[in-house]
Amino acid sequence: MGGFTPDNLVKAKEIIGLYPKARSALIPLCHLAQSQDGWLTPEAIVEIADLLDLAPAEVKGTASFYDMLHTEPVGRYLVGVCTNIACMLGGAYELLEHCEDRLGIRCGQTTKDGKFTLEETECMAGCDGPPCVTVNYRYFLGLDNQGIDQLVDDLEAGRLDNEIPPHGTVYRNSRNVGLTASPTQEPQAGGKSSQIAQPTPTKRGAK
Amino acid sequence: MTDDDKFLIKIDGADYEASPGELIIEACDKAGVHVPRFCYHPRMKPVGMCRMCLVEVSGPRGMSLQPSCYMPVQPDMEIVTESDKVKKAQDGVLEFLLINHPLDCPVCDKGGECPLQDQTLTYGPGESRFVEAKRHWAKPIALSELILLDRERCIQCARCTRFAEEVAGDPMIDFMARGDSTEVNIFDDNKFTSYFSGNTVQICPVGALTATPYRFASRPWDLEQAESTCVGCATGCRMVIQSSQDKLIRYLGIDSDPVNQSWLCDKGRFGYLANYAESRVVTPQVDHQEVSWKVAVDHVARAIKEALATTGPESIGIIGGSRLPNEDAYAWSKLARSVFGTNNVDAQLGDGLDPEVIVGLPKATIDETCASPLVVLVGPDIKEESPILFLRLKGAIDRGTTRVLEISPNPTSMTKYSAMSLFHRPGEAHLVVNSLVTPGPTKAGSGAGLPVGGVELADIDRARALIEDSPGVVFVLGRASMADSAQIVTQCASKVRENLPGARFLTVVRRANTHGALDCGLSPNLLPGRMTIDDARGYYEGHWGQVAQGPGMSTGEMLARAAAGSMAVLILLGADPVSDFPSRSLAKKALESGALVVSVTSHLDESAKLAGVILPTTTFGEKGGTTTNFEGRVSSLSRKVTGPGQAFDDWTVAVLLAKELGGDLGFSSQQDISEEMERVVPLYSNLKPHIWTSLAQSDGVVIPLYGDRVVPRWFDPIATPGIASLVHHPLRPGTGVDKESDPVRGESLPQVPARVEFSEVSRELSIPTLDAYSLRLMAPKVLYDRGVLTEPLSGVERPGSVLRVNHYDLDRIGAMSGDRVRVVSSAGAHEAQVEVDDSISKGTALVAFNVPRSEGQVLAGDLIGYGELVTDVRLEAL
Repeated sequence: MGGFTPDNLVKAKEIIGLYPKARSALIPLCHLAQSQDGWLTPEAIVEIADLLDLAPAEVKGTASFYDMLHTEPVGRYLVGVCTNIACMLGGAYELLEHCEDRLGIRCGQTTKDGKFTLEETECMAGCDGPPCVTVNYRYFLGLDNQGIDQLVDDLEAGRLDNEIPPHGTVYRNSRNVGLTASPTQEPQAGGKSSQIAQPTPTKRGAK
Repeated sequence: MTDDDKFLIKIDGADYEASPGELIIEACDKAGVHVPRFCYHPRMKPVGMCRMCLVEVSGPRGMSLQPSCYMPVQPDMEIVTESDKVKKAQDGVLEFLLINHPLDCPVCDKGGECPLQDQTLTYGPGESRFVEAKRHWAKPIALSELILLDRERCIQCARCTRFAEEVAGDPMIDFMARGDSTEVNIFDDNKFTSYFSGNTVQICPVGALTATPYRFASRPWDLEQAESTCVGCATGCRMVIQSSQDKLIRYLGIDSDPVNQSWLCDKGRFGYLANYAESRVVTPQVDHQEVSWKVAVDHVARAIKEALATTGPESIGIIGGSRLPNEDAYAWSKLARSVFGTNNVDAQLGDGLDPEVIVGLPKATIDETCASPLVVLVGPDIKEESPILFLRLKGAIDRGTTRVLEISPNPTSMTKYSAMSLFHRPGEAHLVVNSLVTPGPTKAGSGAGLPVGGVELADIDRARALIEDSPGVVFVLGRASMADSAQIVTQCASKVRENLPGARFLTVVRRANTHGALDCGLSPNLLPGRMTIDDARGYYEGHWGQVAQGPGMSTGEMLARAAAGSMAVLILLGADPVSDFPSRSLAKKALESGALVVSVTSHLDESAKLAGVILPTTTFGEKGGTTTNFEGRVSSLSRKVTGPGQAFDDWTVAVLLAKELGGDLGFSSQQDISEEMERVVPLYSNLKPHIWTSLAQSDGVVIPLYGDRVVPRWFDPIATPGIASLVHHPLRPGTGVDKESDPVRGESLPQVPARVEFSEVSRELSIPTLDAYSLRLMAPKVLYDRGVLTEPLSGVERPGSVLRVNHYDLDRIGAMSGDRVRVVSSAGAHEAQVEVDDSISKGTALVAFNVPRSEGQVLAGDLIGYGELVTDVRLEAL
């Protein structure tokens, strides 16, 4: 793993071209790097710093500020359990404990096979169906213990591959609407639907 | 700004005058009203991080709490700093800051001089309502070998990160994470290797950042201090030196407005470690046997007497003196001229500039340089030669007051900040400068012109436009490479003088008191006071008795004559020609030629190892006097501790030798010397004892001095914790120099000879053409070299003595990066390790001068021949 792949390097330069100041591309480039490796590798941080004429410490400083940018390796599926008040009242702590037992890891850890990372999150705006569980930021509301077991089984078996891409995948990097790098290029209305994030799949538990 | 712009504001009920754009906290400081603060630093942009400086301010909606460090004053603004509301805010902020700050003051290095401790006592609530657990971190972590960080003590004021980015331009540290896990850190293993890293320790308002050498070394209340001037380079930064139990413990930078503005480089800051290095000599030695001072001085005196009787005074030479205080340099100058009867004295080791360039050009101070709309840098990487001048210039560029045109053989630290950089072939700077300043059209328009010194004519035209458009210009001159002759710089100065009579100059030389030593007459053709021997011999004979005739020999000439076997005594005055003279082979040969080599030194350097007699002297912190920086600014040195063993002051050695030779210099203290200098040397007139003593509390004065005022300095104990002073001077404008009367040039003293002025050289230099098989050698100096004074500073990154070339040139000889090759120059053939570095122009080979060499590497000094204008080398694959 060493920085951007040649394709992504081209993409990175396009992204930089969107902004009057190169530094503004810092967060989009972090997303791009994360979509490539699933997390921000030190090599990627150094490469981003080089591209934007920043120091690696500045890139790391910015990246580490945001919870959704990961400067440590994470699994293919990042499982988040919200423990804010609505979810807590909906049994989030018990559910989190069950997740720990089911996955065999503690909160904040990654399974040995690199598939799952479990984390406790702040409010994800799923308060209408607590407790709120997210997998790579796709919502699963109102799951009970059996629901979690089922979800993990489905993920392990690859039954949800179409709905949940590996952690880090950000469709916005490959968008073809809105700002474009070169003014000569005609901005296309819409864009390929397959490249636009689908509405998040929501499963409501029977609770 | 005129006085009309000023308006009145009210602070705590009293009226004060304020200027537009001024921050409330600045206005309060001026009014003598102290507002507590942590993140605000007068030398950095405000950030409003800590909220400690909240005051009540009148606004459209009545009185409200505002951060005084972030809000500018407005006409008729009312400011209240001591109301109940303000007090409650201060209580709250301090209670918050102390939630996570550990109460480990008894074991913390900052305890006793800590702004958090002090301001908590003064403004704090006394008790905390928080009972939860505090943050815990691994402690301490090493940001670099020199800087340690205890993260739980950090209050996130961002002083260090702002300094690193805004002032030093080395953003190697930054805040990581968020909220209660915020920490300052480096990225991975990229250490905080800034030359200026020590400043973050000085400005840290808590004990979070500490310096390895000072950690647990002392308690602040055990430290005594004195103001002094750093002699790590020729910038002359003001600092306090602190000691405990007669041992130097710590240096801190002083906010000297015209010089270092509170910053120091790490070389200067940790320079005291050299005083306690193993290489320190403390006993006189003859033939490397320890003897008494009597025996050693007798031995030297006998050799001098014999030389005077047989080979004559011309066979005696004194090399060096630029590490001495002015007074000591003057004593040695007087000794040489009037007792030895020789003019063979040279403070520079062939690595400096023509004395006339240093003392004879119209000068610009650092302030004037940074205020000049255009600065033309000709020569070295100033971050390596004068780190603080680099900071000052970078600051001026960032503020937009100054633009820099850089003329250099290779990209330097300044390239990033320069408006334009011209990279020329080494040794051909004068051709570029000539084409920049000579009036008349260049041939760029026709497209027929050939590049000048490797620079395209189109670029020259653009640079010319920069100079022509600028209402004023200051040239910063220095030696880009030890492999080029100093004559090239002289030629540059000459071209500028001829064509741009309004231009002024700042000459950057390496060794601390080079300027002062030249001012005191340690130069083959100059007597004290910047006067030539021809002009001033009669004048000094009136004061000194006798003065030798005719110009003396320079260091190069002395070494060449010694190598030929016709020097009898060579005195090295704190000088190490083997390391510092460009041609190492000549220096070695000269010292091994059979002449009696007397090393008057504080450290056992390479030359002292070859010396017959070693006379140990005191060094920085152990001797007083004054020193002169490259602006010509005289400032004080302090004797804070006693010298080790039998080390004597340099002037004492001169007096002892004079006595043994039957002469009498008339000095029994350093004060005697400075009094004689004031009386005799016109340059030092008016530098009377009362000024001299007040220099110890000021920024120094640029000589010649036309008045006798010395401006007191502003001092902010929160900006620079650790300096024990209760003095809170109001800042007053002015330089302390009254230029209206000039007794030196005035009619009152017509008998005084004129000071030397730089005269243009008419002879053109003929630089040999670089043939297709050769590379031109670049040997720049670096900050951390092999010198005895930087050696004890372990853990800093030093460049290796690796020969660096463009990959194009390496491909031509079929060698790979990292290979050993043969390098052939006029000085001989050597084996060297090469590395590819594409920042180096084609046709150029670069090896840093006098840096640590490992097995198989070549020292630059071994490749440089004596007396050549440039050094061309050939590489051969092994």
